[in-house]
Amino acid sequence: MFELLGIPPQALFGQLLLGLINGAFYAMLSLGLAVIFGMLNVINFTHGAQYMMGAFAAWLLLGIFDVPFWASLVIAPIIVGLFGIVLEKLILKRIYHLDHLYGFLLTFGLALVIEGLFQWKWGSSGAPYPNPIPGGFNLGFMFLPTYRGFVVVAALVICLATWYGIERTKLGAYLRAATENPTLVRAFGINVPRLITLTYGLGVALAALAGVLAAPIQQVSALMGVNLVLIVFAVVVIGGMGSIMGSIVTGFGLGLVEGLTKVFYPPASNTVIFVVMALVLLIKPAGLFGQTK
Amino acid sequence: MAETLLKVAGLQAWYGESHILHGVDFEIRRGELVTLLGRNGAGKTTTLRSIMGILCKRTGSITFEGRETIGMTSDHIARLGIAYCPEERGIFSSLNVDENLRLPPVVKPGGLSIEEIYKLFPNLLERRHSQGTKLSGGEQQMLAIGRILRTGATLLLLDEPTEGLAPVIVQRIGEIIRQLKSRGFTILLVEQNFHFAATVADRHYVMEDGRVIDTVASSDVQQSIGKLQSYLGV
Repeated sequence: MFELLGIPPQALFGQLLLGLINGAFYAMLSLGLAVIFGMLNVINFTHGAQYMMGAFAAWLLLGIFDVPFWASLVIAPIIVGLFGIVLEKLILKRIYHLDHLYGFLLTFGLALVIEGLFQWKWGSSGAPYPNPIPGGFNLGFMFLPTYRGFVVVAALVICLATWYGIERTKLGAYLRAATENPTLVRAFGINVPRLITLTYGLGVALAALAGVLAAPIQQVSALMGVNLVLIVFAVVVIGGMGSIMGSIVTGFGLGLVEGLTKVFYPPASNTVIFVVMALVLLIKPAGLFGQTK
Repeated sequence: MAETLLKVAGLQAWYGESHILHGVDFEIRRGELVTLLGRNGAGKTTTLRSIMGILCKRTGSITFEGRETIGMTSDHIARLGIAYCPEERGIFSSLNVDENLRLPPVVKPGGLSIEEIYKLFPNLLERRHSQGTKLSGGEQQMLAIGRILRTGATLLLLDEPTEGLAPVIVQRIGEIIRQLKSRGFTILLVEQNFHFAATVADRHYVMEDGRVIDTVASSDVQQSIGKLQSYLGV
């Protein structure tokens, strides 16, 4: 079969693995974006900067306090999540009653400020983060670096845990209900503003967690989230705004599509996701998993 | 005579720029079932929403068990023991029937158990795994009432529970409301359907143009029928 297509299997599987890893990050980030959009009605364009902050937090924790990767996996998201909570309490909550455009502009501006500050302090060349699990497996048809395999599995676990938390728990039921009708949920005695703050903190922590996972693969740099947030935004649009399962499936799926494009027609690999987005918007404007309200 | 549970005095309320309530006064004693009657736009729903704290702008006084609630947020008011069943029912489509039923948190002891609620509404038990909004109108109404019985709230605000339902369902809802009263719930019912209201309530307050303009006891309904009909325009 491979001979027929004229593609060596190593190249195909190598790109598929890369696609899967990229997809893992798309999925984790779009999940947070979808949850935040559902609850706050804000398209959180600060997401890429918060992902970058997660990676930086892990890098600084290692460099200054000698905190190992595995501890950073927990500590960094908490730190960045708390930063998100402060941001929501101080700034974001003032714009919920306004049009989406204002939320978009505000979070976009915040991202520029945050990324600018990091660039000013640490430059834009990037710093390496040591691989916590070096080595790999020879699968016969390809070589699998252990850490990359770990990232894919970890991302799947994180995504499914988030899905479970939202779809199958009591807190998740509050979240879903408050997404639909916050006024009524509040009239049942639930502190909805606090729920909103918590949701934003969790969404931001999820972005930071993805950032920590990305640190050993990519360089830790102030601008590492800039392009990613655009792709992730496209993923959320394709999956359907606010759809949880849609974000996960679309994230992994588009990572694979991108990987395959790199094999068969490399020049299109940077644009293929946006082509898919345009097609989906034409055919099913609410997204593949979205519901028209 | 039982103590006053809820007292509304000089209540004014606004939706944005439009002034809806112009000084509403009435009270409910513990264990009573009282209705607000009136034409469309008289301010009945707005009164319920004001009691629940859902409107942003309201002035005057609303005291519940002697506590002033006019400045409280709705989650705080709910936790005092007031529960609201909105006219549009407010069933959540992203929750199944059971999740809808368990959504409102228990705020006080003394509410019904899930088993008791399912016993009261056997249809809901059968369909407990269905999406909330897939139920028929009558079932959705039962779900909307059922879910506020678990919380331990002592005052129930029911906004037109019979609207748009078939007569046999209206009758069933009437039975349930009477059962709830006999269990000791205090109920404020908004109704357009006067004949329904007359069969369940102790007292009727008539509203017009954002004020309560008259009170009729259920025992006097027969004598006052002409007057009531002219108020309600039926």
